[in-house]
Amino acid sequence: MTQAVSVLDVKNLRVDRGGVQILDIPSFSLHAKEFVSLIGPNGAGKSTLLLAFMGLIKKRSGALKYRGELIHCDASWLELRRRIAMVLQEPLLFDSTVYENVASGLRIRGLGRSEIKSRVGAYLERFNLTDMAQRSARKLSGGEARRVSLARAFAVEPEMIFFDEPFANLDAPTRQTLTEDMDRIIREHGIAAVLVTHDQSEALRMSNRIVVMNGGSIVQQGTPAAVMNKPVNEFVASFVGMETILEGVVLGNRDLQMTLSVAGNEVDAIGDHLPGDQVYCCIRPENVTVSIIDPGRKSSARNVFAARIADIASMGPFLKLRLECAFVLTAYVTCESFANLELAEGREVYASFKATSVHAISRRAPDTPLKESA
Amino acid sequence: MDLILEGAIKACQLLLSLDPEVLGIALLSLKVSGLATLLSVVLGVGFGTLIALTSFPGKKALVSVVNTGMGLPPVVVGLFVSILLWRNGPLGFLELLYTPTAIVIAQSVIATPIVMGITISAMQNLPASLRLQILALGATRSQMVLMLIKEARLPLMAGVMAGFGGVISEVGASIMVGGNVRGYTRVLTTATVMETGRGNFDIAIALSLILLLFCFLINYFLTYIQQRERPR
Repeated sequence: MTQAVSVLDVKNLRVDRGGVQILDIPSFSLHAKEFVSLIGPNGAGKSTLLLAFMGLIKKRSGALKYRGELIHCDASWLELRRRIAMVLQEPLLFDSTVYENVASGLRIRGLGRSEIKSRVGAYLERFNLTDMAQRSARKLSGGEARRVSLARAFAVEPEMIFFDEPFANLDAPTRQTLTEDMDRIIREHGIAAVLVTHDQSEALRMSNRIVVMNGGSIVQQGTPAAVMNKPVNEFVASFVGMETILEGVVLGNRDLQMTLSVAGNEVDAIGDHLPGDQVYCCIRPENVTVSIIDPGRKSSARNVFAARIADIASMGPFLKLRLECAFVLTAYVTCESFANLELAEGREVYASFKATSVHAISRRAPDTPLKESA
Repeated sequence: MDLILEGAIKACQLLLSLDPEVLGIALLSLKVSGLATLLSVVLGVGFGTLIALTSFPGKKALVSVVNTGMGLPPVVVGLFVSILLWRNGPLGFLELLYTPTAIVIAQSVIATPIVMGITISAMQNLPASLRLQILALGATRSQMVLMLIKEARLPLMAGVMAGFGGVISEVGASIMVGGNVRGYTRVLTTATVMETGRGNFDIAIALSLILLLFCFLINYFLTYIQQRERPR
């Protein structure tokens, strides 16, 4: 990732609500042309952080700089807001025509009539809204309304754009189309973007950096691969889909090849923990292979356990299996494999996973440290 | 039945002959109630918006007072405005009692809480995040307030209609502070009361028809604007 100039810098940002601290961000920077996704559970402070970036929420402390310049007065906040566009979860269109909605940000900025006309025309076309320019914004479908809200945001040609779950409650194809449109314009115009999302695949696909938040703090930030594969603590591991999290103890470590004791069984893993360290062993379900015969030495997987299928849940094209051995493992299998292997609840199988698929996290790790992973 | 029929026929004759006295009463009613409504729109929309968009201790109590004010009995308003404007009253030096201005003041007092109450309700019914969205679009505070008023324009129009309807049809306050002085403070409602008392039903019916016509025309006009505002 190229570290460009930072456009937005936040230091020691704290926000309280009703006497309770809901946001505590010691430091955060948004770089030019960067796409950052904020993920985390409900109430983690993601939306509050976006509002704080725009000065739309009262903060207890903190300083915000735009390209190194401190934002210190109402006029500078207004100037900053006019460089940013924001798309909220609800389209929040005005009770007017589609054209007037797309033009609203430009009228606020006092642009001339001819410039408004050409800019609005261009963005209506960009989002396939030209034919409905004179329609009432209140009579649009959910997908159309989101398109109008996107066109309204992009029409002001912002330097930064913030999205707060802009495609929640939309059907998958509409969501896909809008995400692609949005992504294309952001890349073309080199806009720095921050996306609040609950859809991790969306975050993985679009972001240069993923920021995981919990309890008003940034728990981890880094490249999508780092956050997904090397979570810093049990919370992040669980949140990013490491469905198997087991308590273990390091028995030995030779050249980063660790042997762990998990529920009385030895598990091979890769890592730098020292013998005696207490760790969580985190394994993604897609990294657990299920077979009906012992893979033995034929497999490159170092960890093989005889298990019983305790539960099966449908996940669309996949099935999620709960496997009981000395501990409980979660595995995904395709519907095709499930049928071919004649798997069923109660069936005895073998579960295997590679040493590299086990991510060990120290159990002494604090819950909410700020950690940047490469 | 004959009484009503004869009254209606005579009323039509009076209207068609453009009786100068009836016309004068009608125009004064329109002027006084129009001005009172205008004043109540300025005060009601202004303060209503302020109350709706700000948070302060006692806000709920204040909104309850405003809502109670929406049903102010005109005679009570007439009484208090009379006391205020009475020769020895606090505002007696202005010498406004029994003038059209006194009626405008009393009718404004009646209409303002109506417009204000409807404004507060209309503003509070807008999505809370709309304010954030407008500010996020780069609006100043004043641009935001104007945009919110524009968003709430349809219920606000209903507030204007309700305010005008309330004052053009009230009689208690107008008679108490205006005095029903012929050619000076006599409005449609006070004249109707007087003519009915005298048994001049034809004139009373004519005045009532004009009153109804005004109510209809004003509401038709505002409804027309309200509906035209709705895009396809």
